[in-house]
Amino acid sequence: MSHRLKRGKLRPRGIRAGRAGIGRVSTGRVRAGLVAVAGLLLLSACTGPAAEVKTTAPPSAPVDKGPLKVAVITHGTAGDAFWNVVKNGAEQAGKDLGVQVEYNSDGDPGAQAKLIDNAVAQGIGGLVVSMANPEALQPSIEAAVHAGIPVITINSGEDKSAAFGALTHVGQNESIAGEEAGKKFKDLGKKKLLCVIHEAGNVGQAQRCDGAKTGFGGAVQTLQVDITNPTDAESRIRGAVQTDSSIDAVLTLNSQVAARAVSAIKTAGSKAQVGTFDLNSDVVSAIKAGDVLFAVDQQQYEQGYLPVMFLKLYRDNANVVGGGKPVLTGPDLVDKSTVDKVGQYVQRGTR
Amino acid sequence: MTTTTLDERFVKPRLRDRLVVRPEIGALLGAVVVFLFFTIVTDKFFSASGAATWLDDAATLGIMAVAVSLLMVGGEFDLSAGVMTASTSLVTAILSTAAGWNVWLALLVSLVFALAVGAFNGWLVMKTGLPSFIVTLGTFLALQGLNLGVTRLVTGTVQVSGMRSTDGYASAGFVFASTVNIGGTPFQISIVWWIGVAAVASWLLVRTRFGNWIFAVGGSAPSSRAVGVPVVRTKILLFMGTALAAWLVGSINILRFATVQANQGIGLEFQYIIAAVIGGCLLTGGFGSAVGAAIGALIFGMARQGIVFAGWDSDWFMLFLGIMLLAAVLVNNAFRRRAERVRR
Repeated sequence: MSHRLKRGKLRPRGIRAGRAGIGRVSTGRVRAGLVAVAGLLLLSACTGPAAEVKTTAPPSAPVDKGPLKVAVITHGTAGDAFWNVVKNGAEQAGKDLGVQVEYNSDGDPGAQAKLIDNAVAQGIGGLVVSMANPEALQPSIEAAVHAGIPVITINSGEDKSAAFGALTHVGQNESIAGEEAGKKFKDLGKKKLLCVIHEAGNVGQAQRCDGAKTGFGGAVQTLQVDITNPTDAESRIRGAVQTDSSIDAVLTLNSQVAARAVSAIKTAGSKAQVGTFDLNSDVVSAIKAGDVLFAVDQQQYEQGYLPVMFLKLYRDNANVVGGGKPVLTGPDLVDKSTVDKVGQYVQRGTR
Repeated sequence: MTTTTLDERFVKPRLRDRLVVRPEIGALLGAVVVFLFFTIVTDKFFSASGAATWLDDAATLGIMAVAVSLLMVGGEFDLSAGVMTASTSLVTAILSTAAGWNVWLALLVSLVFALAVGAFNGWLVMKTGLPSFIVTLGTFLALQGLNLGVTRLVTGTVQVSGMRSTDGYASAGFVFASTVNIGGTPFQISIVWWIGVAAVASWLLVRTRFGNWIFAVGGSAPSSRAVGVPVVRTKILLFMGTALAAWLVGSINILRFATVQANQGIGLEFQYIIAAVIGGCLLTGGFGSAVGAAIGALIFGMARQGIVFAGWDSDWFMLFLGIMLLAAVLVNNAFRRRAERVRR
């Protein structure tokens, strides 16, 4: 009886709206569960992030033969034209070489790290990772290396690749590529350059614009647009070239943005000319028509294809590539002289 | 003979009926279905390292979903919750890397910042009488701009990094971002935080006077005001609750990944709401459960990582995720209807 009274007192007074019979069940059991969890925590070893094991020695190749399973985990958003080509490259390599390739991607660094953990938990035979945000991926990549999984980094994160224990890096140096683009504009006699950034959080894009600044030498201005909203991108570029009529060159960092820049310049009646990073069929026809001067192609198909091949060679023949130096896939400047040949490969999604 | 004359309030309801009226029972069932599905379909889903992966994914989502569920039971939304996780990370990261502060001090300041934004949200909603959907949408956009603008101003780039070399990183990292080794598999400490937050929130909602206030203001603000429930205080505290959770998740993220991007967290607010709804929260307020929201996050995490374990083509990823979530919500809804029948 006294027990019941006590319970009654503990129960909150006031209004009980919208619930019935909630919460009277098994506080004892909940308490027992909490004790069990606490006990587990006490028994188990806690490891702080600073105390993680670092491996600098090259990882040993997995012993299992049979079909190699490779996970390709990138930071590209699903549906991005650029990353679609990388995916095509990786999948083609898988078909050609008899390797089982699984492609996954997430633009959020934390979510990408979890995809890597997931791949490690699956016990895959090789890992290919793009490192747009190396520091965030560091623990996950090091855990993979520690588990004996060979890792190859692609696209971005070149300077951290070896330090994290990756076999090699396959990609384009963004600063060098930006510099090439800037130099090209300078050679064409341009005076003022507008560099259009389309992803606010992307370090590689900042590096490209900085590189372009170095190569160009003249006045460079950056503009921020949102790639997910093409109308916004176009009107902002239009606004920029209208406000400053001295802008005679526009560098876009993505093929979709290049098309927006071309029509923005046309409607604004500006004399500016466009150069861009990355190819797509719009850019190919724009280069043919003379609306776009050139495209810096980093040949990302290779960034999908080569790592799968490297991982297969590593497993079957202990081959490593690059000797600690990155394997560069670009830049390859595509302009009017080469566009006819390259254009046909863009159509099929491999350039 | 005597049993028939007893008042129905004294009759102990059957176990099945007692279970079915709980808001989280549908979610629990959904979680079991999703768990069994991926355990059968894939090899490694039901393994220690597999579980560590999907629990990790569910944990930070779950911490937020639990706080958001309390707010939703209280009849409000917080669209700024996703971006807030990035804002708190940025405040901590900028103060400790650019200004050279000790991490703990930086964490304290970002906590104060978060609570201030939460209080501001709540105060503005109560003061203006505008829907919280609109007010927090404003805060969402403002914070998004602030995140990018301040980060670029201070660092010259769009991300803050270098947390690993700051004062107090090791001790703060131990609290927020360490791993717990169980049977040789490292589990993220965020899972423990998630369970802790769910337990505390559940206790708050079901066992305290404040919990009653939450149900009351979510059910009907005017009538709860009429019987003496402090509506304004309750709602402001709820908004501060989601801000507190955002600070916790932000701290876990910055200490674990040691870097934060200015555009992080955008769009996550809907995932929190989805997890809370799967867990049995009504979008109209006044009904829901904190444990349910935690289970909702678990379903989300299991589905998201399970799809990867299954090796399905990532092109279809979102479709699978959408169908799984819809199925979970439908099961949940069916249970709620049954629950309402039982109650009558």
